[in-house]
Amino acid sequence: MQTIPINTYSSPTVILELIYRLKVKDVMTKRLISVTLGTPMRQVQQLMRDNSITGVPVVSKNRLLGIVSMDDIIRALDFGYIEEAVDHHMTKNLILLEDDMPVSFAISYFDRYSFHRFPVLNKDKELVGMVTTRDITNRLLLEINREVEHLEHMNQTTTITDGLTKDIQTFTVLKHDFENAGFASTQIKKKLKQSGLFPQVIRRAAIASYELEMNIVVHSYGGKITAEFSPHEVIITSEDSGPGIDDVDRAMEQGYSTANEWIRSLGFGAGMGLPNVRSVSDDFHIESSAEGTRVQSIIRFSDAQYKEKQL
Amino acid sequence: MKQLAEVHAELGYTVYTDTDESVLVLNGYTSDLLSDVMGNAAEDSALITIQAHKNTVAVASLIGIKAIILCNGRTPTDDMLASANEEQIAILGTTDNQFTASYRLAKVLGIVS
Repeated sequence: MQTIPINTYSSPTVILELIYRLKVKDVMTKRLISVTLGTPMRQVQQLMRDNSITGVPVVSKNRLLGIVSMDDIIRALDFGYIEEAVDHHMTKNLILLEDDMPVSFAISYFDRYSFHRFPVLNKDKELVGMVTTRDITNRLLLEINREVEHLEHMNQTTTITDGLTKDIQTFTVLKHDFENAGFASTQIKKKLKQSGLFPQVIRRAAIASYELEMNIVVHSYGGKITAEFSPHEVIITSEDSGPGIDDVDRAMEQGYSTANEWIRSLGFGAGMGLPNVRSVSDDFHIESSAEGTRVQSIIRFSDAQYKEKQL
Repeated sequence: MKQLAEVHAELGYTVYTDTDESVLVLNGYTSDLLSDVMGNAAEDSALITIQAHKNTVAVASLIGIKAIILCNGRTPTDDMLASANEEQIAILGTTDNQFTASYRLAKVLGIVS
């Protein structure tokens, strides 16, 4: 049995997103070699050899009638009916996929059934393609490559030289991505630690960035965290693409939260996030509309708050 | 103040992680709300909670919590364990509830007699 070693419900978020976003029609082979009723099994065998394929659909117009598989051919050779027409010797009991189904469906089909390929029909029940495990793994590898490339780009640190060297880190934060939540704040904390600041200052920046990061994960459609480092302050900015905070004043009140039960069961949504950010910030700004929310937390420090003199 | 090794030996709690056991635990904080922990827990504390998932480790690591004590028999998820080992934050487990764990820890740490 050919299986695809991807768990369709507990894989990393990026993979789950991928196998639900990709449809069967995105991975299937569209260039089909098919035969019609009346074709001798021998001719199908030659088609398989010439094209290195292991299954040939039998169609009438665009309707799928059956598939001649390698097993069917071997049996035909064994029992001596290789010269007969496909009509009575093809496999008719077929499991079908629809072109609009997510790839996760196809993966679980391969896990469940012993077929090496599935024919794919469109809404009008016409045969439009075939899917093998190889089609799926190839496409997934390509997509995973692209995702990894994308993720690498997201977490780049850019240095801007404007007289003062200012390091700017930008992190993309995805909606409901609890898996990677905390990455931006951990990186920001690391960076401050390297600069030799006292833990009390670092803690303030860690709290502000973590709460802002979690707000994007919990409440927004996704966004980014930016940290601008300079010798006497770090400016942490979170920007998201909506849906915005209805009542900013209430959102700043301790204990006010719009989080749902699921989020609360994870220990978030206590209505303390924004108040926490404000209380650790030297300067705090928030603006919000349906297009998105922008929060800025500035944490300042003097030379005396460095353990050693910085370079 | 106690070394982590002494804390779990005296409390008889299960240790799930493989971290440095000589770290010192100074205090404790009991809460299931991560923002509350974030804003109020002291550094070098043990966190008493039922939040047995990876995000608890992230919070602990950011504010310098040394150990997480999971109560009511909750067990850590695999990704929680992996990230705890990586961040060197100990995870302990007990069937005690948060109240019991809190006063027992306070006793062990010498905060109350």
